[in-house]
Parts: sequence; structure tokens; C-alpha cells
Amino acid sequence: MSALKLKKGLSKHSAYDLKDPNAEVIESHTLAVIVDNEAGVLARVIGLFSGRGYNIESLTVAEVDHQGHLSRITVVTRGTPSVIEQIKAQLGRIVPVHEVHDLTVEGPSVERELALFKVTGQGDKRIEALRLAEIFRANVVDSTLESFVFEMTGTPQKIDAFAELMRPLGLVEVARTGVAALSRGGA
Amino acid sequence: MTKSMTGAKMVVEALRDQGVEVVFGYPGGAVLPIYDEIFQQNEIRHILVRHEQAAVHAAEGYARSTGKPGVVLVTSGPGATNAVTGLTDALLDSIPIVVLTGQVPTFMIGTDGFQEADTVGITRPCTKHNWLVKETDRLAETLHQAFHVATTGRPGPVLIDIPKDVQFATGDYTDPRKTKTEHYQPQVKGDIEVITRLVEAMEIAERPVFYTGGGVINSGDAATQLLRELVEATGFPVTSTLMGLGAYPASGKSWLGMLGMHGLYEANLAMHGCDLMINLGARFDDRITGRIADFSPNSLKAHVDIDPSSINKVVHVELPIVGDVAHVLEDMLRVWKSRGRKVNKEGLAKWWKQIEEWKKVDCLSFDQSGKTIKPQHALARLEALTKGHDRYITTEVGQHQMWAAQYLNFEDPNRWMTSGGLGTMGYGFPASIGVQMAHPDALVINVAGEASWLMNMQEMGTAVQFRLPVKQFILNNERLGMVRQWQELLHGERYSHSWSEALPDFVKLAEAFGAKGIQCSDPADLDDAIMEMINYDGPVIFDCLVEKHENCFPMIPSGAPHNEMLLGDASTQDAIGAKGAVLV
Repeated sequence: MSALKLKKGLSKHSAYDLKDPNAEVIESHTLAVIVDNEAGVLARVIGLFSGRGYNIESLTVAEVDHQGHLSRITVVTRGTPSVIEQIKAQLGRIVPVHEVHDLTVEGPSVERELALFKVTGQGDKRIEALRLAEIFRANVVDSTLESFVFEMTGTPQKIDAFAELMRPLGLVEVARTGVAALSRGGA
Repeated sequence: MTKSMTGAKMVVEALRDQGVEVVFGYPGGAVLPIYDEIFQQNEIRHILVRHEQAAVHAAEGYARSTGKPGVVLVTSGPGATNAVTGLTDALLDSIPIVVLTGQVPTFMIGTDGFQEADTVGITRPCTKHNWLVKETDRLAETLHQAFHVATTGRPGPVLIDIPKDVQFATGDYTDPRKTKTEHYQPQVKGDIEVITRLVEAMEIAERPVFYTGGGVINSGDAATQLLRELVEATGFPVTSTLMGLGAYPASGKSWLGMLGMHGLYEANLAMHGCDLMINLGARFDDRITGRIADFSPNSLKAHVDIDPSSINKVVHVELPIVGDVAHVLEDMLRVWKSRGRKVNKEGLAKWWKQIEEWKKVDCLSFDQSGKTIKPQHALARLEALTKGHDRYITTEVGQHQMWAAQYLNFEDPNRWMTSGGLGTMGYGFPASIGVQMAHPDALVINVAGEASWLMNMQEMGTAVQFRLPVKQFILNNERLGMVRQWQELLHGERYSHSWSEALPDFVKLAEAFGAKGIQCSDPADLDDAIMEMINYDGPVIFDCLVEKHENCFPMIPSGAPHNEMLLGDASTQDAIGAKGAVLV
């Protein structure tokens, strides 16, 4: 085997270990970015995505370590494998960024999103909405004689499915937090 | 023991602690307290430029010719926005620059105050990092961190925005040694396993080539020394990007010349035909690669870069090595030596024979027989007459820049300052001022086109005031030469707005500023005129009237691969297809 002909698995950064860079497969990846909680850090991350033409599907930010002044940004993005690699590398070189984790490839992870749904209606539709909410384990957090506000946590797919079912039953407004995600297990 | 002082004094104190000797700047309302402190000391020299953009380019010239960070001090609002071009230029060429901007007082931020601009917002995408300091107690630490970030890892420009009340208020000064910098420590050692794979490939490669870039120079003198040692020991050919010229000496026997869009025939064909490409601190810029799909189709590629985001960004490589060029070269040499210093001698001999064939094309030949000075001839004479001097070259952007890269030879790093990534017209003159500040006794020449030069001509005032004997060598074709060339090749010879109709008399212009002006239009007078320029003790504007319609060759048309180079006017008919025409 000639040293000029290399095989897969050579090193973790080798192009041979990337998926076909020319493949036009668009993948969705969930990235967890640990950053210093300082002024402008979110603008840096968002500016990177807009400046280089990357997509943001969902974004959540909050301080997670008050003493260490660290925030966690969870961003769901889409792109070809090489674009995803590039996004991670670009995020990694922002000075206040400490860590970048690709939860989609780093093993199993859990993703959750919180959503609020306002559903208005009367009669059968109202009863049906309440019944479906029970099936989906959504809570009623506000109620009037003509409306409910349901609260639900779950995967984005579950929230999409619930919204779809509520639409003919009088769904008038949805608020979603975007995805928060953690890797499974002790690691 | 903590020292207590005003924010303005802290700035001067921190600059002194960072070893800063020169600051390029322009005062204004929001930085008056800092200027007051500068007035009361003698250690740090302040160079008053005539425009803030020039301050940043001068700092870039200073930084690139010394390897030390360049420092800029400007006021809020327009002072800061004028610095944006320079910051972007430094970002694209990885030049360490620290820019200090004044800001309206903290209690006025957001009120659209006089000379208020969202400086950190505006400069966020054009700095490596930036800070708005709202407390005097944090100022010194931030200044030290700024120097650390600018000079560590891949160098780049940083900016610190300092509101005026923070400059007036008193706070505790933090010593540079007590400043936290652990968080930002990019990896410098390459993966030894991949380096070993690379060495294995080097041992058997039949057609290897070193492709070096600005990263070798940014890495420092050790990288240059190790590169030279490795090239001499292996006998591999070496080519370089525009930014990397001088890392390997132009007189070296393995030197192929610059590669890329206006690179040498032999360099580009070696890149196209190699079986092992070793990229050291270059970034596969589009000026280098041409059409990506046909870029060096049959080679194994290794890429050494300190910035992980450079790897696999444009060209996918089999052997990626994240690390500092000097560290990686050291490991390469060590591993290669310990394995018995093997190279494929037979293959290399054939490869060099092929390269010699390509060299015979003599792609830089030109015909200086007429009565008009050819720009290539002017540079060839400049090269010949300045060869023995302690010489630094800066350039503006355009045809003259490419000719300078082709016809001037660089034996050492840090001698060649040009705007590569951003292509900033107006860069060269202020950069020459920065270089001359750092090297007062050296011969500093800005090779310019008349159009680029006019973009920052106000700096004649700076050159004269500070007695900086910079030589402005203007190749005057009364055209925006490179624009004109593209219009000829791509737009049916419709020369839309690419000529200058009302150029100044450069000799009178020089005299108006109190400098010397020389004009030359006859090839027979050229040598004497150049010698007059070199021997004059003071700034000179040299107006060299050259052939107006000369094109810059070789040229890889945009969208074409390396082996489809245009070598002269005869080969340009319909050379650029519709797909290439949309590229810049």
C-alpha cells in the first residue's frame, strides 16, 4: 500500500473520513456551543451564520453556569457534511467560544422544546382539543370560556404533530422556545 | 500592590508594558484624555497620519516588517468607521493589529450622540475579536488580553472601544503577568501520526511540491529557517503565494516563483502535475486554485494551518495538520531524519527535468525595444539597482502589484508588504510609512499604480512631517490597469470608467508637500532616474510613465484550471467563458 494512496480512518480530520464532500445531502445537526456570557457573544455567533450564509433552524441561549459566566447556545443548523464541518470550525475560532459539541454525531442525545398553543373555539371542537391535549400530555395553563393555552414539552416533531392536530380545532397562536439538547449517559 | 490611575494613563502604561514603541493615530474628541497622556511622556512615539484608514495600513506595514503587533489610536464615530477597511485588510491577511477607539461616555451610548457609532457592532465581523470596556478597572486587563489575542494563534486585528468617561475615571491597573489568557491558547503542535504519514509520502513521492503561504512568515523566523533546511535537504521544488514571498529565497535553487492567477508557468504547472502537495500556511485562496474541480487532480494533499477552519474549507485534503508551521516543520524534519532522510531520487530527477522544460517557456519575458518604458522593464531595473540595499517593498493593488511580485526578488521574510486577501487600493503608501518607522535606515519603496496611489496620497503630509524617506515608485499608465485588462478580456474592450483624465502633475504634487518629484518617460533615462530616487535623502514621488495598454501575464482566467494559462496577448481570444466571467 503506497503512502501516496491513503485509506479511510487515517485521522480524525482527514477528508477521507468525511462523508462525500460533493454529496448534496443536506443534514440537520444540533450543536451545543459553550460561550463566555459576555456582551455581544450571541451577535458574534449569529453574525457568523448570516455572514457566511449558513442556516439557523432553531436557537436557544441562556446562562447555565452563573459563577463561571458561561452560557449554552443550542443551535440547530442544516447543511452538507462539509458545510457542517466548516460551521463547527468557524464557531470554534470565535474567541469567547469554549466548546463546540455536535450532538448529532457525538452519540445519542435528547432534544426537547417547550411550546405554548392558544386554541379558541366552542362546543365539540373545544372538547376535542382538550382530549387531544391529554393524549399528548399537554397541560392547560390558561383557560377562558372560549380558549385554552396549552403547554407542552417534547421533541420538535411532537410539537409539530400537535400543532397540526390543533389547527382545524381553532389554533390561533404558537410560541416555541427552540431546541435545548443534552447528550445521553454520563459522559 | 495595585497601582491606581486614570483609564487614559492605563492605556499608555499598558502599551509600554506590551513593548509598544510606535502608535499610529489621529486625535479627536473621544480620545483627548489618552492624547493628553501621550503628550506627557516620551517613550511611545505617536505618528500623526492624515486619515484613519492610513493609520491602520501603516500599523500593518509596521507589523509585517517587524513581526510585532501594530498599534492604532483613533477617535469615535468617523475615526472608527474610517479604520474599518484597514481592519478588514488585516483580518484577511492575518496581520496582528491592536486598534484603540474612543467612544462617547457610557451614559451617552445609545443616544445617537455626537460622533457616536456602534463601533464594536460595526467592527465585529472585521476583527478577530473586539471589546467595549465599560469599567476602568477592567481596562488594563482587556488591553493585555487584546495583545494576546492579536498575536496568538492565527494573528489578526483586534479593537478596544474605550468610552471617554472610562478614560477619565480612576481604577486599578492590572499587570500583564496577572492577566488571564489561558482560555485562548490555540494548538501549536501538529498531530505526530499525520506528520509521519506525510513523511512516508515524502519518501516515495515522484513529483512533490511545497506550496507555502503567509503562515510561514507569520510563524516567525524559526519557520523560515526550518523551511529552508527542509527544502535544501529534500530537494523538493517550492512555490509560494503572494503573501509568502521571501520565506524561501528567490535565489534558492528549488525556487519556482509565485503561483496563482498571475503566477509563473512552471509554478502553476508543478502544482497541477504534482503527486504530493505540501501546503504550509497557505489557504487555497481562489486566486491560487482556479477551478476547484480541476485543481491539482492527481495529488495527495497535506495542509498545515494553525486555524482549523482553514482545513477542508475550499480544497479537501488527505493529510490535515492543525498546528503552527514552525512546530510542524520541526517535527517533519525530525521524523524524516530519524527514518533515514529518504527521498525518491529517480522520480525527483525526472520531475526537475520536467520543471526545467517548463522554465524554458520563460513566461516573464517581455520586449523592451520601443521608446516607451514597459512596466516590467521598470521593475526589472528597480530590482537590479536596489538589489544590494537593505530593501523593503510595499505595493498598492493591481497590475503593478502582480508585476512587482513577478519581477522583484525576495531573499528574506518580512520584506514584502502587500494587500493580498482584501486587495485594498491605497494600502501601499501608508504601509511604506509604517515600514520606514520600524526601519529608519532602510530603503523603503512603495511600488504603486497612479490610481491606487491617489487613494491615500494625503499621507505625503505624514511622510514629510516625520522625515520618512519613503520612495513612491508609481507606474503611471493613466489607467486602472487591471480593470482595463479585464474589460479587454471579458467585456469586449468597452473600457468603462477605467481611465483617469485629470491626473495631477506628480512632480509638482511632491514639491507642494515639500518632497522631491521625479518624472521619467524614456527608457534611456530610467537607470539614472531610479538612482536619483534611491540617493535622495527624503520622500520621493517617482512618476514613471509606462506603456498604457500592457497586460499582465501569465494569467489563469477566472474559472480555469492551472494548466490553461494565458501566456500573452495572442492567447487571449475568447479565453474566458461565460462561467468564468461571473467570477471576480
